[in-house]
Amino acid sequence: MSMSSWFTVRQELTPDRRKIIGWASFLLPLLIWCVVSYVPFIWHPMVAIQQPGDVDYFQVGMLIDKATFKEELANMQAQDKVSPEGKPANPIYLPAPHEVAKAFYTAFTTPPVQKDGLWLHQSLWKSIQVIFWGFVISSLIGVPLGVLCGTYSALSRLNEPFIEFFRYLPAPAFGALAVAILGIYDGPKIAIIVIGTFFQQVLIIANTTRKLDYSLLEAAMTLGTNKFKLLQHVVIPGILPELYRDQRILLGWAWTYLIVAELIGTTSGITWFITQQARYQHFDNVYAAIFMIGFIGLGTDLLLALLGKRLFAWDKPANKE
Amino acid sequence: MQNMNKPEKNLLLPSYLEQSDAVKQRFDKLKQRNVILEVKGLDKVYKTTKGETVALKNVSFQTHKREFVCVIGPSGCGKSTLIRVLAGLESYTSGEVLLDGKPITGPGRDRGMVFQGYTLFPWRTVKQNVMFGLEMNNIGTNEAGREADLWLELVGLEKFSNAYPHELSGGMKQRVAIARALVNQPRILLMDEPFGALDAQSRCKMQTHLLEIWRNIDITIVFITHDLDEAIFLADRILVLKAHPGEVLELIEVPVPRPRNTSQFTSPEFIATKARLDALIHPQDEKENTETPIQQRMIRFVNVQDNVE
Repeated sequence: MSMSSWFTVRQELTPDRRKIIGWASFLLPLLIWCVVSYVPFIWHPMVAIQQPGDVDYFQVGMLIDKATFKEELANMQAQDKVSPEGKPANPIYLPAPHEVAKAFYTAFTTPPVQKDGLWLHQSLWKSIQVIFWGFVISSLIGVPLGVLCGTYSALSRLNEPFIEFFRYLPAPAFGALAVAILGIYDGPKIAIIVIGTFFQQVLIIANTTRKLDYSLLEAAMTLGTNKFKLLQHVVIPGILPELYRDQRILLGWAWTYLIVAELIGTTSGITWFITQQARYQHFDNVYAAIFMIGFIGLGTDLLLALLGKRLFAWDKPANKE
Repeated sequence: MQNMNKPEKNLLLPSYLEQSDAVKQRFDKLKQRNVILEVKGLDKVYKTTKGETVALKNVSFQTHKREFVCVIGPSGCGKSTLIRVLAGLESYTSGEVLLDGKPITGPGRDRGMVFQGYTLFPWRTVKQNVMFGLEMNNIGTNEAGREADLWLELVGLEKFSNAYPHELSGGMKQRVAIARALVNQPRILLMDEPFGALDAQSRCKMQTHLLEIWRNIDITIVFITHDLDEAIFLADRILVLKAHPGEVLELIEVPVPRPRNTSQFTSPEFIATKARLDALIHPQDEKENTETPIQQRMIRFVNVQDNVE
């Protein structure tokens, strides 16, 4: 099999190759992480002390800069004292893959430190709720407004210039304001997600609506459809698959606002878990929590994609991808 | 008369104005029918930032009930604009457009339209596409379904009623589009180069099929095309437009007798009509002046001895 057949410009890959490359996209970063973690002569800028020797401030398990370790080793040898021993190690902020994998399990089984604290699954559930409500509230207004803007030029001219301006304002900038108005609990967090999603949503969906083939509307009009029925019977069914795809992308954006949103007011959800664990330098738990967000996000998107294929069977040409 | 397709015999062609008795009788009968569509002094001017473009200038013609009219002309003659004005999809600057004596103000179900680009609703099955017009006019689903079945049978697609448009070939899509327009029982069917995107074979089939439909139902057809053969084969009368601005050159009564069949393509009347259309659309002097001449002296890129002709 020649190498060049893998790089044919814009040609569909065979199913086997699709699968192989799809897995590789996850396995390659993991491989790099493994190499950095498990091959002692690659990177490993620290030394983990196994024997403190006669160095007074060394302790077993302590992580010491390589340079400092060498200096102390030379010192001890010069003074004929017991030499310290250690092995190369990575900094504390880069745990090895197996440690993070273990943390995936232990993070769920470890009870909260404080009595009134939350278990990890409770924190996660809280985050999911914040995302859910933020996205639902944004969509309830954003989707209809987007469709209307895409259909009627007057509404588009009235709304879009302002929205175009507003979408450049960073959502977290409204944090303090949101707390002042909505209190310190879930209100301001949901508000940040709404602000972060809504304005993009209106513009994207208005654009999608405008992309609908105008001749379909003309055909409907020659069949006796009046202006008001056009929206319900042609515009909406016509853009539905595209709208659904837009919503999937927007849901992904909503997730990216989660951490900032949860820092506002009282820190809660997965963000609270991450900041707590980072404070105690349990970086394996931090990585595990970050990956969990990724898995939940990717998981929902795959589920929604599958559902979309079933809902819009008529959209075959587009579903081929 | 056997050698009529040889070009040098063209001199012996009858005039396209000569009509056999049968054809003359048909036209007399046709003209006694009610006028269904009347266009009087129609002007259409597009206003753009660069100035005004006259698309149609003083276009007038009449169409009688159950007539088949083709509109033909070079590109830029405004034939598409004309049919869109008739459909009510475009406004006009001045003049009158009357359907059954009443002015056209916008799109409506009394004028069905078939577009070149099929314009089927991809989210609806074939049957649901045909039902669309009825549903929009508040006819119950059951009755609409029965009507749709009837018209699908007429265009020979009853087996595909549950298929989606993307599963059909171009010719089949256009048959659905015709059924979808006809189910509303319009007074007039407007067709904007409907077979332009089809391959030669399916185009030929569709032309015969369309004539069959036209024969069997009470419908008047205005058909836009740029294909001379198609126009002569289908039409009772051909409205010839010229470009820049779009004006009526002539309204030709096609002397080819009905019923039509493909063997008539070589009949003297057919060839005479085609010659006349050709002369109208591609005037001899204009051809020499405006078209870039094809380069006769080619550079030779192959071995001089290697001749293919």
